[in-house]
Amino acid sequence: MSAETIQSRREWLLSDRPASRLQARLGRAYVAWRRFSANRLALVGMLIIIALVAVAALADVLAPYSATVGDLKNARLLAPSAAHWFGTDDLGRDIYSRIVYGARWTLYVVILVAIIAAPIGLLVGTVAGYAGGWTDTILMRITDIFLAFPKLVLALAFVAALGPGIENAVLAIAITSWPPYARIARAETLTVRNSDYIKAVQLMGASPFRIVLRHIMPLCISSLIIRVTLDMAGIILTAAGLGFLGLGAQPPLPEWGAMIASGRRFILDQWWVAAAPGAAILIVSLGFNLLGDGLRDALDPRSGDQ
Amino acid sequence: MTAAIAIQGLEVVFDRFRALKGVSLEVREGESYGLVGESGSGKSTLLRAIAGLAPVASGTITVNGKTLGKTRDKPFYRDVQMVFQDPYGSLHPRQTVDRLLQEPLAIHGIADGEKRIERALDEVGLGKGFRFRYAHQLSGGQRQRVAIARALILEPSILLLDEPTSALDASVQAEVLNLLEEVRRRRKLTFLMVSHDLAIITHMCERLMVMQNGEAVETLTASQLIGHRVSEDYTRNLLRASEGFVRA
Repeated sequence: MSAETIQSRREWLLSDRPASRLQARLGRAYVAWRRFSANRLALVGMLIIIALVAVAALADVLAPYSATVGDLKNARLLAPSAAHWFGTDDLGRDIYSRIVYGARWTLYVVILVAIIAAPIGLLVGTVAGYAGGWTDTILMRITDIFLAFPKLVLALAFVAALGPGIENAVLAIAITSWPPYARIARAETLTVRNSDYIKAVQLMGASPFRIVLRHIMPLCISSLIIRVTLDMAGIILTAAGLGFLGLGAQPPLPEWGAMIASGRRFILDQWWVAAAPGAAILIVSLGFNLLGDGLRDALDPRSGDQ
Repeated sequence: MTAAIAIQGLEVVFDRFRALKGVSLEVREGESYGLVGESGSGKSTLLRAIAGLAPVASGTITVNGKTLGKTRDKPFYRDVQMVFQDPYGSLHPRQTVDRLLQEPLAIHGIADGEKRIERALDEVGLGKGFRFRYAHQLSGGQRQRVAIARALILEPSILLLDEPTSALDASVQAEVLNLLEEVRRRRKLTFLMVSHDLAIITHMCERLMVMQNGEAVETLTASQLIGHRVSEDYTRNLLRASEGFVRA
């Protein structure tokens, strides 16, 4: 592509008189992308997350050994080497392979929690904020009750009640992580519900349902995306914590938190068993945090009127 | 001629504060009627009460022969539309002009959307080039034109105007007022217009009501106001204030 075509494409995207719906939307996305990509650290965060997704998708190709079946006779607790990059654990399983497969479970937890918790929080918050009165009071007191419990303790209680396992851990984390989203969505809703543009839609005869869904939710979504992304690290750590306590993923599932838990016993002599999954959690959490910070700069509705 | 809007003893109360204290008013069909008064006199509240945006405590509002209840139905909104004061706050920040204009059509299930949007933009003097812009890509005057287009797209018979030009600078003000005049003549609309600017009211309206502290002070014709043939002291003060500072 020559420099001129790139230049003309940029002009097309940044045009202040877009000729179609698509151009208007792309132009807006491009402006957000430019603001996002100006932040180097955010790009690093995004690369880490893309790498995580790629590793999870290509786990079968990337992992040289099985994640669940080890060589008990010859390969127990081997130090990192060319054959086993991150060493092996007490059951003779290759830690590198387990971490690669573990990426799938990490993504599984994070995505499921996000798609369960974020919509619940968004719905509760916007409805409470827009309806006001009794609806608001009841919904927000329920939210307060959930917020009053320490997150991990509440998750522990749920998992204890539902039974250990990664699905129940996801459910428990989702149940404990929606209240802050409801708070954010409600706060955003309160700032816009009395604005003239919402009044104008009311004067069109729009139903409250339509106003919340099509006019208020789009305004809350960017702050919610930012908050969810920043919470991802916390979700991973909670899932790892539950795994560590034996209430999350069950053996032989290669979940990073559970891997640290099993490496704890030999942490002084065979440090790599716990260190490798620990480093993986650290890097992915860092990636989500950097990405979240970048998204805040790019999407924040209060920075400019984009 | 029948009354487009008839209001009897209207009271609006916000948390014990009486914003309107028994105001009565009659606007004839096809007429342009002005409401003047200082800030806080209740003129905007009167407009919002008609639109259903202010809590009515007592009194009746009759629009085109139909007495309104607590809630407004869809046919009401096809008859009555409003243009807000602040063009910077009345357009959704995340929607293109196209989306803004489509919304009322979608709500009322009107089929020929494409044509209506193009016609509405033409009517307010904005070409096709503005159709896919966001509010932040428009100037104040252009935004107000979009707001007018949005109000007109449902083809109402009554337009409520809440200081439609007070946020705009003088030259743009004149353009928007001329546009409103033109639209009214072409569509035979009834205007109920709020302003604190007596010059605009005398230019735009045939009759007007002066308001103070939530009460009607007096009802005048534009020519009475121009000729200073007023009976109340308050109106006289208002007229003097509108002449601006006089060098002593």
